[in-house]
Amino acid sequence: MKPAPFEYHAPDSIEQALGLMSQHAGEGKILAGGQSLVPAMNFRVVQPSVLIDLNRVAELSYIREEDNAIRIGSMARERHLEFDSSIKKRTPLLHEAVPFIAHPQIRNRGTIGGSIVNADPAAELPVLMLALSARLKAKSKSGERWVEAKDFFAGMFTTALEPDEILVEIELPFMMPNTGWSFMEVAPRAGDYALMGVAALITLDGNGKCEAAKLVYLNAGDGPVDAIEAAESLVGEALNDNLIESAAVIASEKEINPFGNMHASTDFQRHLAKVLTQKALKQATQRAGESQ
Amino acid sequence: MTQSISITLKVNDKEYKREVEPRLLLSDFLRHELGLTGTHVGCEHGVCGACTILVDEESARSCLMFAVQADGHNIMTVEGLTKDKDNLHPLQHAFWEAHGLQCGYCTPGILMTMIPFLKQNPDPTEDEIRHALSGNLCRCTGYQHIVDAVKLASEKMK
Ligand SMILES: Cc1cc2nc3c(=O)[nH]c(=O)nc-3n(C[C@H](O)[C@H](O)[C@H](O)COP(=O)(O)OP(=O)(O)OC[C@H]3O[C@@H](n4cnc5c(N)ncnc54)[C@H](O)[C@@H]3O)c2cc1C
Ligand code: FES
Ligand code: FES
Repeated sequence: MKPAPFEYHAPDSIEQALGLMSQHAGEGKILAGGQSLVPAMNFRVVQPSVLIDLNRVAELSYIREEDNAIRIGSMARERHLEFDSSIKKRTPLLHEAVPFIAHPQIRNRGTIGGSIVNADPAAELPVLMLALSARLKAKSKSGERWVEAKDFFAGMFTTALEPDEILVEIELPFMMPNTGWSFMEVAPRAGDYALMGVAALITLDGNGKCEAAKLVYLNAGDGPVDAIEAAESLVGEALNDNLIESAAVIASEKEINPFGNMHASTDFQRHLAKVLTQKALKQATQRAGESQ
Repeated sequence: MTQSISITLKVNDKEYKREVEPRLLLSDFLRHELGLTGTHVGCEHGVCGACTILVDEESARSCLMFAVQADGHNIMTVEGLTKDKDNLHPLQHAFWEAHGLQCGYCTPGILMTMIPFLKQNPDPTEDEIRHALSGNLCRCTGYQHIVDAVKLASEKMK
């Protein structure tokens, strides 16, 4: 199928793009990497009447360190995240997880902003934003605001952005010292959307006890799922296999709410979540220990 | 109202200037406007990889770009790999030698995926090759001969 006709604009500054968004509020749709939007347009699942292409807005494409955080322009390609040395050093969880997103050909075009705004519950980047406590900067002609990742995702393919707002920057605080990480998922084939996946972070204190923990799941509900109770059950404890298993049970049986699909029943998804959680927590704990 | 936009781009080192409707996919532009039918179209939603081309030397799905977005860019399609059939690119030659294709539908997309891959990984392991091929579907070969062909090409191209 071919896309329905639309009016096309390719601004070369944020200023111009915001002007177009306000002029076409409600009708104007941003075109970033096009790796989710164009398939949907080819199928005519969506038929935007105005497309505002950000690919010529060079000022939205950067990755830099500033004030103990990594700042990423929303048009940075997934492929750039994969090879960036600051990301590897400061947020190794993100570095480890990006290669799980689709295939190199898709990552060459797909952007961090596009994946976040697309808010697909099966996508990796929204989960990573929650796990890494990202802040997201939204801009419109009338101003700008910062939104915490946990307040940004508002359900299936839905975010807190207003129709005239553009996501311009992602701020990722450096991961804390003595923190171990792990990202694991199960997909039918390399590059496919995963049936289940988890991002885990464990921070150890001077005595080797768990000081902070984070567990966030993909394809486990109508957005990225933060398993707060499971993570809290680990805090203050010296981690062992029993504690890890009970956290995995809390997360997989109580906190996630997977829907099942043609490749996996909900029972199988819960089973995967339990197994992946145990493996990921063990790897994260081990890495936290090594960094001490 | 149908918008028409003037674009100038390079395809296989040749410059083209054309008027296009914004909704024209780059894959259709290459095939229907320029007659470069080596770029195949399988699914038009990014999954099969048959339409993979190079945009500024990086592999990309031509079915997920609009022709207007290629304005000012450098495109390479499978036709750009060689001038004629007697002087195949070493990668093409390796596919021929190792039986890396049957019907050939997937082949152009695989070749254009492997060009940057081999540039970035001149000495890949079988595992790395299989991973790099994961975004290209082949309904005929079962992949084994494709993997062999890429391995052979990496040796030839050293
Ligand atoms: C075959 C295939 C496999 C894939 N597999 C995976 C996978 O395993 N995991 C995964 O996470 N993703 C996967 N993807 C999706 C890919 O990661 C997309 O690139 C990504 O989800 C969307 O990013 P984009 O830059 O292409 O956005 P686009 O497709 O251009 O846009 C997506 C949506 O976000 C809006 N938007 C984009 N940028 C902004 C902005 N800055 N401000 C406001 N709104 C904006 C657009 O209007 C649109 O609604 C796959 C895609 C394909 C084709
Ligand atoms: S036709 Fe483009 S990926 Fe299938
Ligand atoms: S050779 Fe027929 S699809 Fe690959």
